Amino acid sequence: METSILTLVTFFPTVGVILLMLVPKERHDSIKAIALIIAFVTMLLSFMLWSMFDPMGNGMQFEYNIPWVMSLGISYHLGVDGISLVLIMLTTILCVLAILASWRSITTGVKGYFISLLLLQTGMIGVFCALDLFLFYVFWEVMLIPMYFLIGVWGGPRRVYAAIKFVLFTMFGSLLMLVAILYLLFEYQAFSGEYSFDMMKLMTMPTAYQDQLWLFGAFALAFAIKVPLWPFHTWLPDAHVEAPTAGSVILAGVLLKMGTYGFLRICLPFFPDATMTYLPYICVLSLIAIIYGALVAMVQKDVKSLVAFSSVSHMGFVMLGMFALNLQGVQGSVLQMINHGVSTGALFLLVGMIYERRHTRMIADFGGLAKVMPFFAAVFMITTLSSIGLPLTNGFVGEFLILLGTYKANNVYAIIAASGVILSACYMLWMFQRVVFGKVTKPENEKLNDLSWRERLIMIPLMILIFFIGIYPQPILERMEPAVKQVLSHVSKAQTVELNSEYQIVETTEPVIVIGANGQLVKGEKSCRK
Amino acid sequence: MDFTSASINFELIYAEIALLCAAFFILVTSSLRHVARMAPIVGLLGFGSAVYFAFQQWGNQMSGFFGMITCDDFGTAFKLLFIVVGILALLLAHRYLSVKRINYPEFYALLLISVMGMMVMANTTDLLVMFLGLEIMSVPLYVMAALARRSLESNEAGIKYFIMGAFASAFLLLGIAFVFGASGTTDLRRIVADYSFIVSNFSYYLYGGAALILIGFGFKVAAVPFHSWVPDVYQGAPTPVTAFFSVGPKAAGFAVMLRIFLFGFARMELLTDIFWGLAVLTMTVGNILALRQNNVKRMLACSSIAHAGYILVAFCVGGSEAISAALFYLIGYTMFNLGGFAVVTLLETRTGCKSDFSELRGLSSKAPYLSAALALFMFALSGFPPTVGFFGKFYIFSTAVKSGYILLTVIGVMNSFLSVYYYLRVIRTSYFEKPDEVFTPVAYSPAIVMVLIVTVLGTLGLGFFPERFLDISRSALFAFL
Repeated sequence: METSILTLVTFFPTVGVILLMLVPKERHDSIKAIALIIAFVTMLLSFMLWSMFDPMGNGMQFEYNIPWVMSLGISYHLGVDGISLVLIMLTTILCVLAILASWRSITTGVKGYFISLLLLQTGMIGVFCALDLFLFYVFWEVMLIPMYFLIGVWGGPRRVYAAIKFVLFTMFGSLLMLVAILYLLFEYQAFSGEYSFDMMKLMTMPTAYQDQLWLFGAFALAFAIKVPLWPFHTWLPDAHVEAPTAGSVILAGVLLKMGTYGFLRICLPFFPDATMTYLPYICVLSLIAIIYGALVAMVQKDVKSLVAFSSVSHMGFVMLGMFALNLQGVQGSVLQMINHGVSTGALFLLVGMIYERRHTRMIADFGGLAKVMPFFAAVFMITTLSSIGLPLTNGFVGEFLILLGTYKANNVYAIIAASGVILSACYMLWMFQRVVFGKVTKPENEKLNDLSWRERLIMIPLMILIFFIGIYPQPILERMEPAVKQVLSHVSKAQTVELNSEYQIVETTEPVIVIGANGQLVKGEKSCRK
Repeated sequence: MDFTSASINFELIYAEIALLCAAFFILVTSSLRHVARMAPIVGLLGFGSAVYFAFQQWGNQMSGFFGMITCDDFGTAFKLLFIVVGILALLLAHRYLSVKRINYPEFYALLLISVMGMMVMANTTDLLVMFLGLEIMSVPLYVMAALARRSLESNEAGIKYFIMGAFASAFLLLGIAFVFGASGTTDLRRIVADYSFIVSNFSYYLYGGAALILIGFGFKVAAVPFHSWVPDVYQGAPTPVTAFFSVGPKAAGFAVMLRIFLFGFARMELLTDIFWGLAVLTMTVGNILALRQNNVKRMLACSSIAHAGYILVAFCVGGSEAISAALFYLIGYTMFNLGGFAVVTLLETRTGCKSDFSELRGLSSKAPYLSAALALFMFALSGFPPTVGFFGKFYIFSTAVKSGYILLTVIGVMNSFLSVYYYLRVIRTSYFEKPDEVFTPVAYSPAIVMVLIVTVLGTLGLGFFPERFLDISRSALFAFL
């Protein structure tokens, strides 16, 4: 069980795919039921993974390593640390909710739809588990195919354009990443005499500074497109707006995280010197993303594209926190990945629910929903506040840690980023006000039904998560802490210090007490920059 | 090294003899209506016994016919590949030909003879025998291209292919003459043995000869700038014939080129740069041509040019890893390209279909399995994992990176990025667009279903478990080098 659980979690959805293929395509109910059960069992398996995970353990856990293509050093190597563990949890939970959310809205091609969703789930979990670069790449690419179909077949009016744009953007980055992966393979062969794609081994290899620069560039481009970092974000609004609700939830909730996860798992530990060189540029791009995303979100007329642009802004926070390169920043960044998955996922679900009722997403078409749909309004309120980062909600903890970490690294960045928080309050609350408050101006809105039991069932777990992480983030933080420290210790190996003195890392292990989210104490190590 | 084996050694060509016997039987009986109906069965029997004889040869390294025929694992691997291509093409053709009313028994004889020619090409180190094999392969192909004799396009394809082929043969023959003039032999093994002497005395003749040979085979494998015949011929010829064209002669051409340029002239450094340019041109032009095609057959024709470009990367890199990468790529390419053509063939058996993109509309709802197979082949062609299309490209590009050709690799992957657009267009049309007219149902035949099953399994299986075939393509080289 110890060794096979990761394989089980990763490929259980594929079992569902095979089962679904055997079901006649007219039997919609059985198809939905099978998909739901499979996703639910996968979620239970991931809970089991969580309970078996040793929070104090250093390094990878549940490792499973067998050779796949021996002559090229490709192995089937899976393993998780705290960072990937929480992301896997997020994936499995969101997948169950996504399947529930598509219960009514998908009426054509039901079979293909659920096959795509489950295949996508395998791809996503695989990316988070893979410890072999080849395997990582395979999962990374495999996941494109079902997403292409999800957007292209079940999407909105401009779905064809959005789908091909999504695939082409991602492909462009990932193909250059492939060249970099191949280069690493032969670098490692020259270094140690054997072929290997094993991330754990490659990480230990010293790479020449010049090589690091372009290798980091190739990987970073692939990941930056996925995150998406400004100016590579242009595929995102199209894909989000056109994708079906479940597609948007998965896209925002998990797929974007694969970009930031890639930075954390590969770019930072593999190329510490290049990280230091690129750091100011990436920080500036993240700041632009934060401000630009927020400003563009403010003028959107469509709720869904507003949420899409808010994603650009939020992912900017995640990147900024990560490149603060201290414990608080990176922890906040990982936590914010989860938070963004939960709150933006919830927002997309809510948008999907009103879209199913009204077949429009224009802000101007709504107003006064609080009177006709009180439960909806309450849930929407909580989600909005969590997205803004109000204390007691999950968003606060993440953003606070990110800003804290960034402030330590560079106070100017932190101040600019903090203004992004204010902007996010502006556009979210303004949108919320126009949609939910005021008088019911449109007659179509008067007879809207409040959320059904199924929709409540979807939203309640997310609400619980929002408050749970907001009040007691410790279980998540403590599990990811060893992993984050590991990444940081790799980064601190950077040898070239040719940057301005502000960026020389001086790691001190003097323990400090930081007042964490909502007044509770977060223990951490102080890592300051002189 | 003993170059001339005194014995004739017929056992080296049992497989070829089997094919020839089957072909003659079909030709002789073609006027007897009842027996002629059995032509496909006879063809399959011929191929089946050829498989048996080829397997018998696996692992043997022998030379016969006074050094004219060489049997090694490299040749045997290609032999088996050609037979598989032949079998799949035969299964593909049967139904199509009878629907189009061109089911002449001679077709099967021509197919068998053509495959035999390929086998001769791959199993010799002698330039003249290679030329002989090439002609045995090509002449039946010209006839097969023009098989639909009442169709203008098919006739055009036949004539075009014939003129271009004759042109290429002339270049090739002149090149061989130059090489003979420089070295006094047509046997590559002798050229390798005396290479330094030849180069120091007759370098210009040798270089000139190599260049002319390259041009000759450049036409056969459709490398840019010798590709202009491809789209018209591929579109005009009957689809199963096109399927055969796109893999069989191409693989045979590459087999011979691997022997000539990576074995015979392996020490000619000038070639590296030439192949660099050729690979880049072929990939890029092929992909750009394919971008704007509105006919699936024509698009696949252009894409087959691009795939030749990927294989040419291996020629630029050189060395044993590159050769086995090229061999592996050809095996994989056979699977998914034939698969793609099998779907097109099946769709064309409906009346009035010319394989335009618009005919694919709504295929996913009318024929879900067929469109899923089509999608799989398109993903394989564009190099998505976990198909063999990805692994083949991965292997070729890995050898390029290993030898330091980073720029070439980047151009290669960018080309494969370009190709994603038009391959996904097929999927887009069949999945994302609604059918606009009444969709004629597809009539499956057991033979074509079998081809589809084999190619789907090959595309996925080789992608998941490439190890075994990598071993085969590597072990094929021990004898070769």
